[in-house]
Amino acid sequence: MTGGNATAVRSAVTRALRGVHWYLKELTGEARWDDYLRHCSEHGHQPMSRREFERRRADERERNPVSRCC
Amino acid sequence: MSTTVSRSDTDGGPPGGAGRRRPTLKSVLVWTAVAIVGAVAWTVLALARGETVSALWILFAALCSYAIAYRFYARFIAYRVLRVDDRRATPAERLHNGIDFDVTDRRVLFGHHFAAIAGAGPLVGPVLAAQMGYLPGTIWIVVGVIFAGAVQDMTVLFFSMRRNGKSLGQMVREEIGIVGGIAALIAVFAIMIIILAVLALIVVNALAESPWGVFSIALTIPIALFMGVYLRIIRPGRVLEATAIGVVLLLAAVIGGGLIDDTGLGEALTLSKEWLVLALVVYGFVASVLPVWLLLTPRDYLSTFMKIGVIVLLAIGLLLARPVLQADAVSEFAREGTGPVFAGSLFPFVFITIACGALSGFHALISSGTTPKMVAKESQVRLIGYGGMLMESFVAISALIAAVVIDQGLYFAMNAPAGVTGGTAESAASYVNGLGFDTTAQDLAAASAAIQEPSLVSRTGGAPTLAVGIANILSQAFGAGMAAFWYHFAIMFEALFILTAVDAGTRVGRFMLQDTIGNVWKRFGDLSWRPGNIMASAVVVALWGYILYVGVTDPLGGVNQLFPLFGIANQLLAGIALTLVTVLLIKHGKAKYAWVTGIPLAWDLIITMTASWQKVFSADPRVGYFAQRQRYADAQAAGELLAPAQDADQMDRIIYNSTLNGVLQAVFALLVLVVVVNAVVVIARALRARGAVPTTEEPAVPSSIVEPAGLFATAEEKRAMAEQERLVGAGARGHGTFTQEGPSR
Repeated sequence: MTGGNATAVRSAVTRALRGVHWYLKELTGEARWDDYLRHCSEHGHQPMSRREFERRRADERERNPVSRCC
Repeated sequence: MSTTVSRSDTDGGPPGGAGRRRPTLKSVLVWTAVAIVGAVAWTVLALARGETVSALWILFAALCSYAIAYRFYARFIAYRVLRVDDRRATPAERLHNGIDFDVTDRRVLFGHHFAAIAGAGPLVGPVLAAQMGYLPGTIWIVVGVIFAGAVQDMTVLFFSMRRNGKSLGQMVREEIGIVGGIAALIAVFAIMIIILAVLALIVVNALAESPWGVFSIALTIPIALFMGVYLRIIRPGRVLEATAIGVVLLLAAVIGGGLIDDTGLGEALTLSKEWLVLALVVYGFVASVLPVWLLLTPRDYLSTFMKIGVIVLLAIGLLLARPVLQADAVSEFAREGTGPVFAGSLFPFVFITIACGALSGFHALISSGTTPKMVAKESQVRLIGYGGMLMESFVAISALIAAVVIDQGLYFAMNAPAGVTGGTAESAASYVNGLGFDTTAQDLAAASAAIQEPSLVSRTGGAPTLAVGIANILSQAFGAGMAAFWYHFAIMFEALFILTAVDAGTRVGRFMLQDTIGNVWKRFGDLSWRPGNIMASAVVVALWGYILYVGVTDPLGGVNQLFPLFGIANQLLAGIALTLVTVLLIKHGKAKYAWVTGIPLAWDLIITMTASWQKVFSADPRVGYFAQRQRYADAQAAGELLAPAQDADQMDRIIYNSTLNGVLQAVFALLVLVVVVNAVVVIARALRARGAVPTTEEPAVPSSIVEPAGLFATAEEKRAMAEQERLVGAGARGHGTFTQEGPSR
């Protein structure tokens, strides 16, 4: 395998892993925090603490139950 | 209120009404190849008699059929029948609040939706249906999903999305009528109770007398609690970290279970079915009143990851192991209806038994409500609704394969109720030999020793059989010696998401109950009123707990008696959902396409009503609940004992249970008929008015989001997205739209 090939493979693998990481963060909702920080910096708000933020999200889930099928 | 925006008939394809393009040569070649591979696979399955057939043919037949259905039929439904319109903003875009209305990436939403619809049903139903041979199950899972299940999920998702994510019950009430609406509400609640009871019954049957299983399942609770605390206090929000830790602990729990067998702990965890019922009821109650962050949410992460992991693992395992089919294509039980797993003939009971993998009414509750509030573009209902259900069907096919590649003598020894197998390896072997299958007591003992379970005789409910099948396939694929680990891993994985479903279902039932009773007793409807929560949870748990207890103590076998009730209930719910979407197609002036949902509806009503009729009126005591009741009541009056009852008390129990099951069955069918009759009136009115009937569809608002419709963006979609990006500037798509106070109301 030539050096150019190895680099191409490595960058493809990196891209794939990054994609998986992105997907898992989105799927679990972990990425909502990053979205919130971005939103705050765009609008010049002072963000709340992560603890507070996650607490509010949990309270939301308490009010909106999601059904799980059989 | 508004009427449908009517558009010209020529606008048949995506995007921007460019009309139809000629297919490229490459696309013609690819789809011809897919069609040929699929046709060959089906031919092999249909014609093979007595030769060894690889299970991979089932896999190929299914995958090729799915691909063709998604490419052509789902596209036809999306663009011709529903007329998805990407110029129209979805509720996620219009009503964005960052909470329930939230524009979500289509691939992420696909994952959410799939995690919500996939549970134990598609795993268990096909396993039980395997008693009829592999062919009836395979055909119904594939044909059923293409023409019924996926169509239902996608159309309900679409119509709910056009109504800001209204629930199924709400839509029935507003679009069909108040009578139908009330019937649907009661039906949904009652069906949910039955489903929870049967799911719990499957767990009880899988864990009874199995200390290893009980140990690893019990540990999932502290593991989830730990994750909950981790995410709340130690490292808030680091879900991936917490889940990774949880998965490692879970695997350790499965391995650890193997070490406790001969210890005092093992003895203490050898629980009878009655104790397990008590444990589950207490657990269900506590779990549904605890805050979600502590138990439900973290366990949901675990079960989602396990679900995806196991499906991928099993698919790889199948490709590596290439197991051979052991079951007949069509067994004699399919022809005669005398099978021990569930009674009744192929029509209608194979359709009832397979349930979720082909068509599941329960999905309509998910496709309306949660998912439609998160769809970014209308055209994505094809990927999420239709595609998500194809994935579920694939899970069902994998489960079917796992059941038909194990030795069929073992299959029947495991799935026939204890009343007929006698419960020991010797009696079970002679019973199975009587059915015409080869097996010996030594074979059965060896099979249970291989997975380190005390016995495999009459381990009904489908979960243990599936776990044996998975263990076989994975040991064949990844090397022998780990069968016991794989078996208990599979049991843990099934029980894990059944517990999640029981917890979530109890919670949803509690909300429904509080909401309904809140109409007459205001205070009770206040969801933050603690005594109300506790009372409502107690009622819901008591209802399913009671039916669970009835099933567990039934001398005729709880799965044998209750699974048909569960299957019919689920398919009846599908009947309500398909009735609704058919009414909506007609109300929107699309009567010429009403066959798309009308044909699956007609078929669903035929099978469910035939099955209900037989369960209520059949003179055969193995099929009809009331005939069964009569048979035992007559014997009791004559002072006799009828097998499998062993004393007068068991006679009473059979008589009582048969009556209860028969009444429930009749009530479900009647509720659905009320909805259907109400719908027929509405349809007649709509047809007389030639279409233009008011509906509750939200008026169109132009959309400013540009997103691909399918899993992968086409070149054209990429150009459109780049163009949009240039116009609005970076950062304007999807994110960055929280309310001032953060992600809260």
